[in-house]
Amino acid sequence: MDVLMLSRFQYAATTIFHFFFVPVSIGLAFLIAIMETMYVVKGKEEYKDMAKFWGKLFLINFAIGVVTGILQEFQFGMNWSDYSRFVGDVFGAPLAVEALLAFFLESTFIGLWIFGWDRLSKKVHALCIWLVAIGTVMSAFWILAANSFMQRPVGFTLNNGRAEMNDFLALITNGQLLLEFPHTILGAFLTGAFLVGGVSAYKLLKKQHVTFFKKSFTIAVIVGLVTSIGVALVGHQQAQYLVKTQPMKMAATEALWENSGDPAAWTVTAFIDTKNQKNSGEFQIPYLLSFLSYSKFSGEVQGMKELQAEYEQKYGPGDYIPPVRTTFWSFRIMVAAGSLMILFSLYGVYLAARKKLENKNKWFYRMMLFSISLPVIANTSGWLMTEMGRQPWTVFGLMTTADSVSPSVTAGQVLFSIIAFIGVYTILGVVMVFLFVRTIKKGPYEVKPAIEESHDPFDKEGYRHAIS
Amino acid sequence: MLSLNELWFLLVAVLFTGFFFLEGFDFGVGMSTGILAKNDKERRLLINSIGPFWDGNEVWLLTAGGAMFAAFPNWYATLFSGFYTPLVLLLLALIGRGVAFEYRGKVQTESWKKTWDVIIFVGSLLPPLLLGVVFSDLIQGLPIDQAMEMKASFFGDIVNVYSVVGGLTMVMLCLVHGLLFATLRVSGELHDRARKMARTLMVPLAVLVVVFLTLTYFNTSIFEVRGGILAAVIALMLIAFGLAAFFSGKKRDGWAFGMTGAVIAATIAFFFIGLFPNVMISSIDSAFNLTLTNAASGHYSLKVMTIVALSLLPFVLGYQIWSYFVFHKRVHEKHLEY
Repeated sequence: MDVLMLSRFQYAATTIFHFFFVPVSIGLAFLIAIMETMYVVKGKEEYKDMAKFWGKLFLINFAIGVVTGILQEFQFGMNWSDYSRFVGDVFGAPLAVEALLAFFLESTFIGLWIFGWDRLSKKVHALCIWLVAIGTVMSAFWILAANSFMQRPVGFTLNNGRAEMNDFLALITNGQLLLEFPHTILGAFLTGAFLVGGVSAYKLLKKQHVTFFKKSFTIAVIVGLVTSIGVALVGHQQAQYLVKTQPMKMAATEALWENSGDPAAWTVTAFIDTKNQKNSGEFQIPYLLSFLSYSKFSGEVQGMKELQAEYEQKYGPGDYIPPVRTTFWSFRIMVAAGSLMILFSLYGVYLAARKKLENKNKWFYRMMLFSISLPVIANTSGWLMTEMGRQPWTVFGLMTTADSVSPSVTAGQVLFSIIAFIGVYTILGVVMVFLFVRTIKKGPYEVKPAIEESHDPFDKEGYRHAIS
Repeated sequence: MLSLNELWFLLVAVLFTGFFFLEGFDFGVGMSTGILAKNDKERRLLINSIGPFWDGNEVWLLTAGGAMFAAFPNWYATLFSGFYTPLVLLLLALIGRGVAFEYRGKVQTESWKKTWDVIIFVGSLLPPLLLGVVFSDLIQGLPIDQAMEMKASFFGDIVNVYSVVGGLTMVMLCLVHGLLFATLRVSGELHDRARKMARTLMVPLAVLVVVFLTLTYFNTSIFEVRGGILAAVIALMLIAFGLAAFFSGKKRDGWAFGMTGAVIAATIAFFFIGLFPNVMISSIDSAFNLTLTNAASGHYSLKVMTIVALSLLPFVLGYQIWSYFVFHKRVHEKHLEY
C-alpha cells in the first residue's frame, strides 16, 4: 500500500472514530444544560440528580472526544502537508478561530462545571454547562466552515500557486455551511436524545428508578422528534443544493450513470456494476428523484457519464467519478436510520403524552435501546457519503486527494501511526463502553465510596449518612 | 511598528509560552504522581490539584498549532510532516494522559488505577521531552530542501545528543515547575515534600541548563546572528532561576512558582529569538530556510486573523484567570472529583 492509501485510511478511521463521540458531547451537553436549568428554575433535587447522572456519561464520552480531536488538528500537517500548504491561507483561519473561540470555552468551563458543584452558585454553575454546550456548537460551526470550503470553495483567489483568502465573510456565509451546520447540529442533538432515550428505556425495562427515567425519557423523545424531523427537512434542502454545486456527488449518490430523464425516478436499491458503468435489478419510485432534487415532480438530473465528459473538458483528463457503491449505499443507510428515528420518537411522544410509559412496552423499550446506534449509523454514513462523494477532490475543483498527501512522509511511518492509533482507539473504545455500561447499571443514586485509605468504620458510616 | 508577519510570529511565541507555562506545571504534576506520591490518596490529591485546569491548558497547544496553520501554512506543513514520528508519540501521550485523568477514579481496583497511573506518568513525561527535542532541532537546523520538504532521519536529524539534552532540560524544568505548583495546591506533609523535591531537582536542572546552553553555543549558529539579545535572555533566565531557588528556600512558594514560570518564558523566548527571522532553519542551504515571509499567509488573511485574535484573547485570558481564582483554595481530600 502506498502513502496515499494509508493516509486516507488513517484519516477516515480516526475521523470516524472521533465523530462517534462529538455528536454525543454536543447533544448531551445541551440536554444536561436543560436539566440543570430546570433545577435552577424549579429547585427540585431530582433535576440536579438528572444533570449529575447524565453528566457522568457525558464526561466519560467527552474525554475521548477531546483527546481524539487533538489528532484531527495535527493530521492536516502531518499527513496532508501539500494540502495544508495549498489551503492554509483560507482553511487555517477557521481552525485557529475554533481553538480560540470554542476549545478554550469548552475546556475551561467543563473544568469549572466538574469541580465547581460546591464552589459556584447554582446559577453560575448552570451557566458553566451552557457555555460548554455553546462551545461545542461553535466548535462545530468553525470546523464545518472549513469543511464547507472543501465542498464548495468560496471567498478565495488563486495566487502564488495556492488558495488565498480574500473574503472572510463569504467563507462563513457559504451556502454549503448554512445547510451543513444545522444538519450536523440537529443530528448531534438527535444523537444525544437517542442516547438518553435508549438508556432510559433500558432502565424502564428493568423497572429501576422509574420516575427518574420516565422524565428523562420524555425529554429525550420530545427532543428526538423535533430534531429528527428537522434533520430530514434540512437534508432535503441539502440535496437540492447538491444538485447545483456538486452534481457529480448527487449522481453518484443515486448511482445515475446516464441522465435521469424527466421526471426522474428515485432508485431505492440496485446492483451497481462500476466496471461497465450500469446497474441491474433497480427498484425505483417514480417522480421521487425530481422531488428530492427540485422540490417538484419534474426535472432531469444529470448522470455521471455526461458529467465525466464535462469535467474532463474543464479539469483535464482523469477519473472524476467517486466510489459509487459507497456513496449510494451510505446515503440509503442514513435515510433509513433517520426515518426509523422519526417513527420511534413519534411513538415515544405518543406514549408519553398518553401517560402510557409504565405500560407493558417491552418490545418498544428494547427497540429504543437498540436505537442508541441509529444516530451513530446515520452520522457515520452521512459523512461517508459527503466525503467519499467529493472524491477525487479534497477541495472540489481545485485540488485532488492524490496531490494533497505529504511528500516527505513514508509508508512505513504511516503504517506505524495507523497501527498505533487504531490500537489505542480500540482499547479506548472498549474501556469507554465498559464504563458507560457500568455507570448506567449503577444508576443515578450510587453511594460514593469514601476515601480508600480511611479504615475508620465510623468515618465511612458518617460519610454515608451525610449523603443519604 | 511590527509587520503582521512579525506580529503573528510573536503571537505563536506567546501561545507556546502560555502553553509551556500552564501545561508545563500540569506535566510536572503528572510526573510527580509517579515519583512524589507515596499512596493512592496523595496521587489523587495531586491529580485533583490540576483537575480543573489541564484541559484548558492543553488548548494553548492546539491554538498555537491552529495559529501556525493559519498564519504560516508552510511552517505548519513542513514541521508537522517533517516531525511525523515524534508527533505521533506526542499525540499518543496526550491522548492517554487526558483519558487517564478522567477514567482513573471510575473503578476502585488496584490494577485499574495502577494502569492509569503508568499512563499519567509516561503521558506527562513524553510531551515535554518530545517538544524539547523538536524546539532544539528547530534552532539547530534540519534537512529542508528547495521544495520546503523536510526529510529527516529519526535518529540523527531528529534525535541527537543536543536535542535529547534539550528534551531532558524541558522535562526537568516542567517537573520542578509542577512540584512548585503542587506546593500551592496541596497541604501538610505532601506540600513539604513537594517543595523539598523541587529544591533537590533544581541541582540537576541547573546542570542540564548549563550543558544545554553550552551545546547550543557549539551546535547552532544562533549566537552569531543575535548573540547580544540572546545573552540578555540567558541572563534573565539565570536570574529567574536563582530567584526560584532563593524563594523556595524562604518558603515563598508562590514567588518560587512564578520564577520557574519566568524561566520557562525565557526559554521559549530564547528559542523564538534564536529562530527569528526564520521559522525553520535548513541545514542544507540557508537559501532554503523557511522565513517569516515565505512561510506566511497573505496579507488579507493575516489581517482578518489579527482582528479576530486580538478581540478574543482578552476574554479567553479573563475567564481562564477567573477559573484559577475559583479554585484558589488548596485541594482537600473531601472534595475530590477524580
